This record gives sequence, C-alpha cells and structure tokens, in this order.
Amino acid sequence: MGIVSPGFAGHRRGGSDLPPGQYLTREFPVLSAGPTPHILTEHWEFTVTTEAGEQYRWDWAGLMALPAEEVTKDIHCVTRWSKLQTQWKGVSLDTLLADVETGADFAMAHSYGGYTTNLPMDDLLDGKAWITWEFDGEPLTPEHGGPARLLVPHLYFWKSAKWVRGLVLSDSQELGFWETAGYHEYGDPWKEQRYAGD
Amino acid sequence: MKWQVGTVTDVRQETASARTIVLEVPNWPGHAAGQHVDVRLTAPDGYRASRSYSIASAWTGGTIELTVGEVPEGEVSPYLVEVLTVGDPLEIRGPVGGWFVWRPEFEGPVQLIGGGSGIVPLRAMLRSHAVATSTTPFRLLYSVRRPTSVIYVEDLKELAASDEVDVRLVYTREAPAGEPRVGRIDAEVLEQHAFRPEAGATTYVCGPTPFVETVANLLVGAGHDPARIRTERFGPTGDPQ
Repeated sequence: MGIVSPGFAGHRRGGSDLPPGQYLTREFPVLSAGPTPHILTEHWEFTVTTEAGEQYRWDWAGLMALPAEEVTKDIHCVTRWSKLQTQWKGVSLDTLLADVETGADFAMAHSYGGYTTNLPMDDLLDGKAWITWEFDGEPLTPEHGGPARLLVPHLYFWKSAKWVRGLVLSDSQELGFWETAGYHEYGDPWKEQRYAGD
Repeated sequence: MKWQVGTVTDVRQETASARTIVLEVPNWPGHAAGQHVDVRLTAPDGYRASRSYSIASAWTGGTIELTVGEVPEGEVSPYLVEVLTVGDPLEIRGPVGGWFVWRPEFEGPVQLIGGGSGIVPLRAMLRSHAVATSTTPFRLLYSVRRPTSVIYVEDLKELAASDEVDVRLVYTREAPAGEPRVGRIDAEVLEQHAFRPEAGATTYVCGPTPFVETVANLLVGAGHDPARIRTERFGPTGDPQ
C-alpha cells in the first residue's frame, strides 16, 4: 500500500499532541464560505428552538449576565492547521441549555449570514461546548466569528460556527452547510473524519 | 474517500514561484470547476504530509492539472514546485468541495475575482466555460503584484483577445508599460469593471485572507447580495498582499 515520494523528507513539525494529518500554526487562519457578516451586539440575539417548537431567547445583555468561563483549548481545522492552547471566554452550553426542556438528540447551529452546521446534543453538553465572545483576551473580531461564535474544540473547527445566532434541536440528524458539501457529518479530528465516508 | 496514485505527465513553470503539474490519474471520477484535491507526500520512513490544492483544469477526460504556489518555508509546496518531476508518482484524493464551484448549467452572469494564486480555481471555471462553449457572461478581475506574477499568462492573453470573457488585471506593486494604475482593487475598480449589483451575477472571490475580506466587504458595501458572493480564503490573516 502507498508509495514513497522520491526526494521528500518533510518538516516533522507535528507532535503527539496533534491529530493525524495536522500541522502546527501560530497564525489564526480564516475559512468562510462568503462575506463576513458585521453584526452589532445591540442587534444580536441567540435563540434555542426545541423539537416541540418552543423558543428560548437571549439578547447580548442576557448573554453577558450568564456566568462566563475562561477556557484554554487546542483547535483543529479540516484544512490541516492546528493551534494549541487557544484562550477563550464564553458561556458553557450546559449553562445556556440548563432550563431548556428537550430530549432531542441532534442540533443544527444557525449563523448570521446563513451558515449551518449539525452536531449531536451529546457533543454540546458536559463541558464540551461554549458560546464565546473573547479570543486571547480581546473581543472576537467579525472575521473570526464575532460578536459570538460557537466553540466545540473536540471537533474540526467548521463545527464551531462563527456569527452563531441559534440552535434548532431535533430528534433526527440533518446535515449542515459543509456537511452537505461533502464534509464528514461528525468531524472527529483524532479519527481524521474530514470528508463524507472517512 | 480513497487515495489514488497519479503519475506526473508534464510540469509547467508559470511564474518564479508557481508551477502547474499535469497528472494522469486512473479512474478519476471527474470534477466540477472550483473543486480541490488533497495531495499526500510520503517520506522513505513512512512520514506523511498532506495539503489541499485547487484543480486548475476543466474535466474533459484524460489528465487533471494542479497549480501550486510555493509557500516559503512550506512543507509540501516547495516539493511540488521544485522537486517533483515528470514520471514521478503523486498520491491524491478527491475531488472535494461542493460550494466554491461553477457548473455550465448554472444560470446568471459570473464575476471572478482572484488575488495572486487565488486565480487557480477561477482558471478551472474559465476553462469549463470555454469547454462547454457556454454563452454565460463571464468577467475576470485578477489582482497581481507585478507583470511577472501573472499565472496563466498565455491563457489570459487569449481570453482577453476573444469576446468570450472580459479580463481585467490590476497591479498592486508594479504595472507594465502603458498601464498607469498601480494599486489594489478598490470600490472604483469594482464599479468600473465588475458586474453591477442589479446584474444578479454570482461572484467568486479567491485569494489570501486579507484580499478576500477586503473585496467581499467592498462588494457588500456596493449593494451586492451577500448570498451571491462565494469566497475561498487561504493563508494567515494580517497584512494584505
């Protein structure tokens, strides 16, 4: 199986703390499918819609009133860069969803600008996901998803929806934007689930 | 998605730092213009490195072309630009990507805006347009540093001489004789050379992140529907190229 590329040595800048096929960067590259939406916090809102059709809403002040956490996480982009020990401030989805009545197994994250990405509920709860508004101690810039983005660092970074505006919960899984365009429905970087069928 | 072994049948130096690689891949399923492939290199001890590259050609059966811009200090691109030679094997898988694509059956005019090696997937769209003898109006705005940075010089000359596609080059550092303007794409350039918002064009913007951010913001500011602007960014944030 496989071949040797004649004359290739490689840099070997990876390490045991990197998932397979990833390389380390100190930059913070941007991957977006369209123009960057510019959303003012006074117009921002976040809604959770349950499988029963019930809606829960937060405006920016409501989000800021929730207990925030500071988290340090490694992030992995499907385009193969990884960035270690990134620092974020945000509110855990455990906090946000604490009073939401649902037995749903799946969620679709929706963003300003129309982006969507699908996630199992199990990957949003138990300290695995946040709505964040600060990166490295600074407000999150629009090109990196500000005013607020989802952070789900244990999955490829396209799951961490920029400009997030809500979650729609459901009993069955539907596919989001990149997932419909040939990327993996789950996206575990440690299993290298880049594309559908990987 | 399975890895396949292709064979390099030709290489063409496009600029001092960019090269087109022509590959024969048995059982290639075909691709749409704008899609990319993963390329994987393997060292003798089994160490591997992979990167994604846009396909530069339209699929008509036969070979596929990748154009690779060398990233200084890069791990994969210097090998592809400087080391790989005709007859060598190269592992690829794909095609990948279903968003930054153009197909001849798509309706409405098309505006292509490329910066630097962001021209690569746009060239596949231009080739696809030509191969399909499509009558869809196409316009290309291509931002380069200087005349020697132009990739696909011959293709673009041919296109510019024909009536098929409106081609406009913008030089950011140094312009050829007879071209007075040196500077980045701005609102005025877009107003003069891009489709107006009311034309309902789909716009494809590809290039380094700061280039794409700037152009996409200018388009939205000029009244273009954000839903009709498709972008592909590469490289770090930071100073525009």
